[in-house]
Amino acid sequence: MKLKKKIAVSETGFIFDPTTGDSYSLNPTAIDILTLLKEGKSEKEIKKNMIENYDVDETTFDRNYLDFIAMLRLYNMIDENEKK
Amino acid sequence: MKKSKITVAVSGLNNTDNPGPGIPVVRALRESKIFDVKIIGLAYENLEPGIYMHNIVDKVYQVPYPSIGSDKLLSRIAYIHSKENIDVLIPNFDAELYSFISFEKKLHEMGIGTWLPTLEQFEERHKTKLPEFGKKYGILVPHSKPINNLSEINSLVPEFSYPLLVKGKFYDAYVAFNPEQVALYFNKIATKWGVPIIIQQFIRGTEVNVIALGDGEGNTIGAVPMRKQYITDKGKAWGGITLDDKEMLKLCYKIIKKTQWRGGMELELIKTFDNKYFLIEINPRIPAWVYLAVGAGQNLPEAMVKLALGMKTEKFKKYEIGKMFIRYSWDMIVNLKEFEKLSTIGEL
Repeated sequence: MKLKKKIAVSETGFIFDPTTGDSYSLNPTAIDILTLLKEGKSEKEIKKNMIENYDVDETTFDRNYLDFIAMLRLYNMIDENEKK
Repeated sequence: MKKSKITVAVSGLNNTDNPGPGIPVVRALRESKIFDVKIIGLAYENLEPGIYMHNIVDKVYQVPYPSIGSDKLLSRIAYIHSKENIDVLIPNFDAELYSFISFEKKLHEMGIGTWLPTLEQFEERHKTKLPEFGKKYGILVPHSKPINNLSEINSLVPEFSYPLLVKGKFYDAYVAFNPEQVALYFNKIATKWGVPIIIQQFIRGTEVNVIALGDGEGNTIGAVPMRKQYITDKGKAWGGITLDDKEMLKLCYKIIKKTQWRGGMELELIKTFDNKYFLIEINPRIPAWVYLAVGAGQNLPEAMVKLALGMKTEKFKKYEIGKMFIRYSWDMIVNLKEFEKLSTIGEL
């Protein structure tokens, strides 16, 4: 899964979608996940990274990760073509 | 490079919460790298804020409403021209465009340059004719039709389904959810702008806009897409942001190419959730948010003046994406003497 190429993410966690003009703010955990997504990391790699760096168990991570991805999809930030 | 001194007459000085494009057009011209402009303001009402912005407008003349008679407006322009030697005139109100287009030739004979759509272009994009326009040029438009009296409201269904839009022929648009609301808005708009009132099917999606300038030969000199971020209760943009949307630009190029559009324009579009673009209106003039385009790198008013003066005008190749504008209000202190002078002599 990849973010749309045009989505810009700043180091401070500000996301700008230039095709819609929408912008969002991320918390530090979300910044890390999005950075890894932008780097093209797989879900498995992201999970490994997050469990290593945060005090979180696998089940809690999975649940929150799915929520977060669903939110990105809702805001039309996932490149659906890439997925196919 | 030495700037050429020119005199430009501009209307639309009503920099209110429903702003005319006059003041942003002047700001754009004042930033020109090739023109040193003297600005002549043309005001219809004596409380248009731009009249009193002396650092923006050099001299102001009151002009009669076109509804009083085009000949009266023309003779007033001729008088102002005899005093000021106008090089280019930029009308900025929808309601005055018909008159200026009609006597464009006479203005040119006087030596006043304009860059306006032809009467045919102006007429065929009219709100009342949008379905025909869409059909002719292969553009998606919401179903709409003009109505002239209240008795037509009850027969709108099944041709339309609620909610629908009730629009004035020049300005104003309201969303109505039932026949009672249609009647309410019908009366409200008809009192102000007259009939017909346009009934338009409501399309769900995001409203997006494009400002553009056509060279009259099918080429787009410049175009910038924008989404309103903050909308007033009058539906006007109080804040907006430039977009990276190739589809909007493609649609704009297509319309300008097919209509051979001459002049400034604003496309009002609805982008649906399945990424279709419905054209809901073409405003045949520069919109009030033009200064965003200038800020994003396209000084379209300057390009329009160049075209009006017959100068070679290059196409803009880019604009800055993610550039925003935010309006603000500002209280000016005005001496009664100034108000008195404009109200009695018609000049300031």
